[in-house]
Amino acid sequence: MADERRPKQCSLVLPTESMKVMAESVGVGQLQEECCVALSEEVSYRIKEIAQDALKFMHHGKRRKLTTNDIDHALKLKNVEPLYGFQSQEFIPFRFASGGGRELHFYEEKEVDLSDIINTPLPRVPLDVSLKAHWLSIEGVQPAIPENPPPVSKEQQKVESTEPLKAVKPGQEEEGPVQGKGQGVTSAESKGKEKSISRLKPRSTHELSVEQQLYYKEITEACVGSCEAKRAEALQSIATDPGLYQMLPRFSTFISEGVRVNVVQNNLALLIYLMRMVKALMDNPTLYLEKYLHELIPAVVTCIVSKQLCLRPDMDNHWALRDFAARLMAQICKTFSTTNNNIQSRITKTFTKSLLDDKTQWTTRYGSIAGLAELGPDVSVIKTLILPRLSIEGARIKAVVEGPVISNIDKIGADHVQSLLLKHCASVIAKTRPLPDNVDQYRADYGYLGSMLCSHVVKARAQAALQAQQVNRTTLTITQPRPTLTLSQGVSTGSGPRTPNIIKVPSSLTLPVQTLVSTRPVTPAQPSPPATKYIVMSTSTAAATSPQVISLTSSRSSSPITSTAPSSTSTLQPLVKVEHTGQSVTTPGAGGSRTLQKYIVVSLPSAVSSEVKASSLSSPSTAVDSTVKADRTELPGASTHSSH
Amino acid sequence: MPTVCDTRSEMAAVQDAPVEADNEKEIKTETLNDAAGNHASAAGGVIPSPPVASTSSSGPAKAGGPGSEEQQTLMAVLQFLKKNNFVGAVDVLRREAGILEDSDESQGQELAASALGGAEAGDATCTLSRASSCTTSTPAVAAAPAKGGEDQPDVNVVLSAYSQQGDPALYQGYYSGLKKFVESVLDCHRAELSQLFYPLFVHMYLELVYNNHETEAKAFFEKFSGDQECYYQDDLRVLSGLTKKEHMKGNETLLDFRTSKFVLRISRDSYQLLKRHLQERQNNQIWNIIQEHLYIDIFDGMPRSKSQIDSMSGSLAGEAKREANKAKVFYGLLKEPEIDVPLDDEDEEGENEEGKPKKKKPKKDSMGSKSKKQDPNAPQQNRIPLPELKDSDKLDKIMYMKEATKRIRLGPESLPSICFYTFLNAYQGLTAVDFTDDSSLIAGGFADSTVRVWSVTPKKLRSVKSAADLNLIDKESDDVLERIMDEKSASESKILYGHSGPVYGVSFSPDRNYLLSCSEDGTVRLWSLQTFTCLVGYKGHNYPVWDTQFSPYGYYFISGGHDRVARLWATDHYQPLRMFAGHLADITCTQFHPNSNYVATGSADRTVRLWDILNGNCVRIFTGHKGPIHSLAFSPNGKYLASGATDGRVLLWDIGHGLMIGELKGHTDTVYSLKFSRDGEILASGSMDNTVRLWDSIKAFDDIETDDFTAATGHIHLPENSQELLLGTYMTKSTPVIHLHFTRRNLLLAAGAYNP
Repeated sequence: MADERRPKQCSLVLPTESMKVMAESVGVGQLQEECCVALSEEVSYRIKEIAQDALKFMHHGKRRKLTTNDIDHALKLKNVEPLYGFQSQEFIPFRFASGGGRELHFYEEKEVDLSDIINTPLPRVPLDVSLKAHWLSIEGVQPAIPENPPPVSKEQQKVESTEPLKAVKPGQEEEGPVQGKGQGVTSAESKGKEKSISRLKPRSTHELSVEQQLYYKEITEACVGSCEAKRAEALQSIATDPGLYQMLPRFSTFISEGVRVNVVQNNLALLIYLMRMVKALMDNPTLYLEKYLHELIPAVVTCIVSKQLCLRPDMDNHWALRDFAARLMAQICKTFSTTNNNIQSRITKTFTKSLLDDKTQWTTRYGSIAGLAELGPDVSVIKTLILPRLSIEGARIKAVVEGPVISNIDKIGADHVQSLLLKHCASVIAKTRPLPDNVDQYRADYGYLGSMLCSHVVKARAQAALQAQQVNRTTLTITQPRPTLTLSQGVSTGSGPRTPNIIKVPSSLTLPVQTLVSTRPVTPAQPSPPATKYIVMSTSTAAATSPQVISLTSSRSSSPITSTAPSSTSTLQPLVKVEHTGQSVTTPGAGGSRTLQKYIVVSLPSAVSSEVKASSLSSPSTAVDSTVKADRTELPGASTHSSH
Repeated sequence: MPTVCDTRSEMAAVQDAPVEADNEKEIKTETLNDAAGNHASAAGGVIPSPPVASTSSSGPAKAGGPGSEEQQTLMAVLQFLKKNNFVGAVDVLRREAGILEDSDESQGQELAASALGGAEAGDATCTLSRASSCTTSTPAVAAAPAKGGEDQPDVNVVLSAYSQQGDPALYQGYYSGLKKFVESVLDCHRAELSQLFYPLFVHMYLELVYNNHETEAKAFFEKFSGDQECYYQDDLRVLSGLTKKEHMKGNETLLDFRTSKFVLRISRDSYQLLKRHLQERQNNQIWNIIQEHLYIDIFDGMPRSKSQIDSMSGSLAGEAKREANKAKVFYGLLKEPEIDVPLDDEDEEGENEEGKPKKKKPKKDSMGSKSKKQDPNAPQQNRIPLPELKDSDKLDKIMYMKEATKRIRLGPESLPSICFYTFLNAYQGLTAVDFTDDSSLIAGGFADSTVRVWSVTPKKLRSVKSAADLNLIDKESDDVLERIMDEKSASESKILYGHSGPVYGVSFSPDRNYLLSCSEDGTVRLWSLQTFTCLVGYKGHNYPVWDTQFSPYGYYFISGGHDRVARLWATDHYQPLRMFAGHLADITCTQFHPNSNYVATGSADRTVRLWDILNGNCVRIFTGHKGPIHSLAFSPNGKYLASGATDGRVLLWDIGHGLMIGELKGHTDTVYSLKFSRDGEILASGSMDNTVRLWDSIKAFDDIETDDFTAATGHIHLPENSQELLLGTYMTKSTPVIHLHFTRRNLLLAAGAYNP
């Protein structure tokens, strides 16, 4: 290990160009090359010296991160005036940008508009230091309370489930007879016994303390009870509590049994609750569910493809549950599928089988299509498994929709399957099928659904084109982790359905409550609402912020309105500024001109200004067309899209 | 005394008259002919002093013969003062020393202190100096100017020792020649001789750099730096940056290499082999380096094994000389003052005690023979004058004894419960924590220069009323002590403002009336916990003070910091009573011995030193850590010392024998806190790696067999039993453990700041 680190020790020296640049910055031009060399050596040495001193301050400050204050103190030791004005709490936002053959590291100093600062309400005063006591250990046993870390780390759980024979408890790197007393596991003697047989077959005990039993009871009751507030709290607890490892088998059984019973009783609400529990368990960063998938997967799949999930199939929205469960399934596959367990392929097979079966009900059909579509967010699954079936499915839908009315239920089912197919297939076709989009051609290829598919594809293409253009304009290569901000404008073409796109969501799923609202496409028959919904997700380095949904009703007034909506939770406070412009602007690439165009400027510390800078830098990608560029400079940030 | 000598002064001598290379003992001139070489020569050049063996164990023995060395010392001081134009001080010194005629030693001591403080001479006298009967503390004088950038003129002198040069191109050849030789010797000698590589490497590199052979130096470094032991990484990193002669000025690490001789312990056989080899090859370059910069401590007996060597090496200046750890240390505990303990009736004794001390002796049995008989290893009761016990102290002692009877006996079968105090919203700013002995208060030092005190009992913190209000109260009333407190100010926590830099150390006085804090601003402050104001700012350290600690008996305290000097203070003196100089790098942590006669200091030079408060001597040097030491703990019986470092290892030391007796591996990051349980059965360690670990200290101390040989040579063979000794590991939730404390009933309290 030491040998690996060795090479780093060779003496690094700052490049002489830096010396030149610095000399120029203080007004010394034409520095001799020899001077540069001498200077850079001296400077490198001094910097190293200061860094070594600063390390001392870090150690005594009991920190792992070197801060600017440490450097200041180190300078003070050398009788050098500290560098004032560098107050970096978390990280120094040096960024790397490349383009035009140059590589740059720059420190972003954005211009601050004082009036903005004056007008924004004061941030909350940081909380004062406080003292909190808890039991780290009670007579050698660590209690499983939220203040303590989970007794078994996620990596450990993973190792345990994937390689059971190698499973070791934390701190038991080597076999030692004294091990295990402080490991937070129940009692010493049971541990000893376990130890002796563990070479043969791993057996983990999941004994629950009285508190844990109480907790389990409370949580499960709240999860399936009637009080929504309590449920939210309980789910939150499941999703975040680190001490649930011991209870995992119980939860898993609870869910599996719950689904079994409630499917028979067609209790839609309870099924939804149970699926939300699964979701919460999946979200818990301290749990590794692999060992319990044999119980969870059947439950989830049941919720996707079951013939009937509710008492009144014509009224209840069980489709949302299927969608939600399908996404859960996809998440499970993504997390746990390996070449050993083949979860993904097995699930795919199951779905395909029921899709191919002629006698399958509409509900099941919907579920399997949804499941398949979610499984492959990329092209392949839909392309290979669903597209070839389109004409057959189309015919089937046609038979129901245009044929004699057999039952309302079938009709609703067919409707849903149709919109589902359109939704998922359109984007895939748009990506794979060459232009032009001819309605007749589509009809020939895809049968009954062809014409509708065609219009969807056209829309999808338009949208993709628009996005690509905007992306082209504003992309900046940034190699440092930084707060990412993603914003998407629901660009819609005249009368088409508006779907607010969420380009980036912190976790890939949203709760069904939201699902019901947001992802269902609005049918074209409805008059498109004047309000556009923007969802601004800002992921800051600090605590996750809640998505901010800003709905704006466009007013007809021609004067620009600027409104600021500081986010309530985030520490970074993105400012959202909406400007309404006159009628003159037309959206590029969109079909019809719209009366109003809204630009949203979301400024995070260090986000927007960089884009502006980047565009003024002569990077090759910005050379799109000058008019657009001019627009942009007037109204910066039509759509910002930055990734790290 | 010689161990604390500023060795820089030797260099002057070295330059003028290279040391006689005739014998292995390396007789060194330890005199204090400070400053420039010409002065040294004016004073008579090299004055051979007694061999190290006798001087280092000097202590009281030295008091007998003040002799010429004292004179020399005074001469040197005078010359130094003259050189620096301290005319007044010279006059005073002359006068008080009787114009150098009869140097009275106590006077000398005073003078030394005054010279160092640069202030009036009389002030240096204090409780301690009056009490101490012997020897000088002059070494401190020399060490004081060892720091800082201004006193660098003699650096050139120091460095000029490198001026004699060989052909730079041959250096690589010399080194690889030696390497080849070491590889060819018998296995049993190889490990010992390999110790030579690192110091030789460093000095050869520095010689190259000094003589402006930059490219050769670089090539030399690149070729051989990979061969060095991994625990020298940090120093190598410093060296790698140093490529120019100009850099050598003012580089402290470099000065350390240069001014202190690197100590190696080698068996006689191995040494003979080496000597023969070098003589055969006429390899003068290496021989010169060995003569000038290395101290080879030769012992008779079996060569040591690689693991034995590795366990002891790692410090900045090699191992401790064997002689350095030979002085007698009175590690026993002081006799407890006899306090009558009332019967266990819970309620009454408070009142009983105040009025009429009852003469009851039933407790004597439970306290055991300890309090009756004087421990043979204990120092004289009045060796260090200790403050008188106040009534309140006696009350507290009684409380302590009562609590002690309820103490849980810990052991591998009964582990302590741990209560963790988490500092929330500290924003990475918590730098130091301390608990009072009765666990009623917590103090935290913060990077924002504040000190905060919390009460962890329901009793709130109250300050005394203002002077005007105090005039109003009835002084005759029974509850006057209650009345003087200002109820309005009662709160759970108080903030103490005063420092102007991060607070790196806090320490409560045993009587809970005072709090000490030390800071980056170079001061140590004493705070009153009655008024919650600053009482004194002790100035002396010019650089950040890393740690401070109250004596277990109060009154005295120790501080240590970046200036490499530990200072002993008394709360009622604004100047230090003792200065302990000798560490080669920052003093990072300090700890009082339970009997208050000794202090231990841990340093960034990777050594622990034990100092005698009475005479300022360094009585123990413990080497073996591979990183800066950040925590120290004495066992309650005073026999053992535990130290934890950035390398995550905890080492155990036997103070009486001066031996390493254990190594506890398990932590993966800096050990910031160590504490023995009240009866010493369990050692708790807290670390940056977010864990508290418990170790079986009884077993660790029992397992070691100290036969005469190991005791004599100090070549201990450590058992690899960390895993057996580890009783428990308790992870916190991203909270580094900064402080540990056992309550009087053996409940373990831990503290740290939550760093999400």
